[in-house]
Amino acid sequence: MKQPTPKSKLNRTLLWIGGILGGLVLLLAIVFGVMVARMSDVPSDLDYSATRLSDDGFYRVSYIASPGKIPINQMHQWTLHVETADGQPVEDATITVDGDMPQHGHGLPTRPQVTENLGNGDYLVEGLKFQMGGWWVMDFVITANGQSDSVHFNMLLK
Amino acid sequence: MKIKPYLAGLLLLMGITLLISACSFFGQTQWSEDELASLRNLWIDSLPPLPVDPSNQYADDPRAATFGQKLFFDTRFSSNGRVACATCHLPGQLFQDGTPLAHGVGTTSRRTMTIIGTAYSPWFFWDGRKDSQWAQALGPMENPVEHGGNRTMYAHLISKYYLEDYESLFGPLPDLSRLPPDAGPVADTQAAANWEGMSPEDREAVTFIYVNMGKAIAAYERLLIPGESRFDRYVEAVLNSDYESANKILTPEEIAGLKLFIGEASCTNCHNGPLFTNNDFHNTGVPAAPDLPEDVGRAKGAQQVLADEFNCLSTYSDAQPQQCGELRFLVADGHELERQFKPPSLRNVATRGPYMHAGQFATLEEVLNHYNTAPEAPVGHSELEPLKLSEKQITQIIAFLKTLNGPIHAEAQWLAAPE
Repeated sequence: MKQPTPKSKLNRTLLWIGGILGGLVLLLAIVFGVMVARMSDVPSDLDYSATRLSDDGFYRVSYIASPGKIPINQMHQWTLHVETADGQPVEDATITVDGDMPQHGHGLPTRPQVTENLGNGDYLVEGLKFQMGGWWVMDFVITANGQSDSVHFNMLLK
Repeated sequence: MKIKPYLAGLLLLMGITLLISACSFFGQTQWSEDELASLRNLWIDSLPPLPVDPSNQYADDPRAATFGQKLFFDTRFSSNGRVACATCHLPGQLFQDGTPLAHGVGTTSRRTMTIIGTAYSPWFFWDGRKDSQWAQALGPMENPVEHGGNRTMYAHLISKYYLEDYESLFGPLPDLSRLPPDAGPVADTQAAANWEGMSPEDREAVTFIYVNMGKAIAAYERLLIPGESRFDRYVEAVLNSDYESANKILTPEEIAGLKLFIGEASCTNCHNGPLFTNNDFHNTGVPAAPDLPEDVGRAKGAQQVLADEFNCLSTYSDAQPQQCGELRFLVADGHELERQFKPPSLRNVATRGPYMHAGQFATLEEVLNHYNTAPEAPVGHSELEPLKLSEKQITQIIAFLKTLNGPIHAEAQWLAAPE
C-alpha cells in the first residue's frame, strides 16, 4: 500500500477545508436567498429618515407624527417643519400633500391637507391615515418665494 | 473508512439544513418579532374602547338603546308590515341573513352586512355611502325594496306606539294630525308629491323624528361587539409565551394557515386590526353578479356620502365640523374608486357565507381561489396579484379562518327581540 506523502496530506486537508467552506457558502446563499424572497419587493436602500432634503435641495423638511408611532387605520396629524438648506425657517409656504404605496397601485385612503400655518416654519397636516402596513411614500410639494420643490418620505409601517 | 472531502461538505450542509427544518417544524409556535406584532394587532384585546360617535348625542344613552332595540325588531315600520331591521339582520345569524341578496319588501342588489362591530367603522354599506350608524339605519327605512316606508308614516307610528319612549328621550312630538299619512323623499310618487306639498318647517320637524329613530337604533347597534374566538385565546397564550397551552388551542394546520394569513398570502393588507378589516375600500376584481345593474361601488358611494343629508357635517348631526375628519379629508373622486368595496370583518366569516358584496362566492374555497388567481376586475383596476398558493396552503388558511368563530360580546337581552 502506498504511504501518503506529506504533499498529498496537505492536499487532503485543503480539500476538506474547501469542502466544508463550500458547504457553508452554499447554505448562506440559500438562507440569504430565502430572506431576499421574504422581504420581496421593498428596495433595500430606502432612506426612512424623518428629515430629508427636497429634490432640488431648496428645503430641508422634517415631520413629527402625533401620536409618535404612525398608527395604522387611524386618522392622525403631522407637524411638518420646513427650512431652507441653510437652516432658516420657511414661514409662508404653500404645501400640497400626496402619498402612495409604490408596490400596491393605490394611494392614500384620505386626502390629507395642510390646515394651519403654525409659524416658525411649522405646518399642521391633518387627515392622514394609512390603511395597511408596508412601504409608503409621502410626497409634499413646497412652494415659497416663487420656488417649488418636492420632498419625499419613505415609511415602513408595521 | 475514508470520507471524501467534498462529501464531508455536503453532509455538513445536509445536517445543518435538516437542523433548520427541524427547528421550523417543531418551532411552529416560535413567531418572529414582526409576526408577534401582527398577532397582537389582530387580537381582540387590541380592540380599543367603543369610540364615541360625536354625531349622535344619544349614542351612549341606555334608554335610547332600549328604544332602538324595539324599533329594530318592529315590522310595523315597513310598507307591508312584515319587514324590520331584524328581517335581514337576524340576531340568530350574527345579524346578517345568509343569502346572496337581501330580501325586504323586494330584493336589493347587495348582500346584507353584519352589524356586529360596525360602531368602529367610519363608513357604512359596501360602498361607504353613509358615515354613521344612525345615518346607515335610515337608508333601508325609505328604500322601496327594503322597508319601503316614508317619513310621515314612521312619525305617525312613533306617535301611536312609542310616544312615551320617544318623548322621554327627545322631547315632545310636534302635532302630526294635519300631516299626510304617507310623505317623504322616496320613490313612491304619491308620497314624494305629498312631501313636496308640506311646508319646509313641517318637513324638517318630521325629518328630526326620523333622525331620532336612527340615533336610537344606532345606540342599540353599538352594543353588538364581537367576542373572543379560539384564535384570540391562542394569541393570548403565545403573547404570554405559554406555548404548551397555545398548541392545545390551535392545530398545526390552523397555525400554518395563520402564518400564511399574516405573511405570504398578504391577507392583512386589508383584513387587519382586531376586527380583521381596515374599513377602507378596495377593488379586488370580484366578478360582477349576473342579472344585476353595473355596480361601481365606492366611486358612487363617496359622492353619495358627500351629498348625504344625514352626514357628519349635516344639520342633523350633533358633531362639530372639526370632528368630521373622515368627511373633510374624503377621497371623493378618481379612477381608483371604481368598483372598490369595503372589506368586511372576518370574525365569524366561516359561518356567514355567501361572500362578497352580492354573494358571488358560496364558499370560502371559492373566495380563496379568487385571491389565488386574481382575475382582472370587470370594471376599474384590481389591486390583487396572484398568490400562487398550493391547495394545501389554501386548506390551511381556511382552517385558520374557522378559528375566528366566536360569540357576540353583549348581554343576552340585546341578542333577541325585546320582551
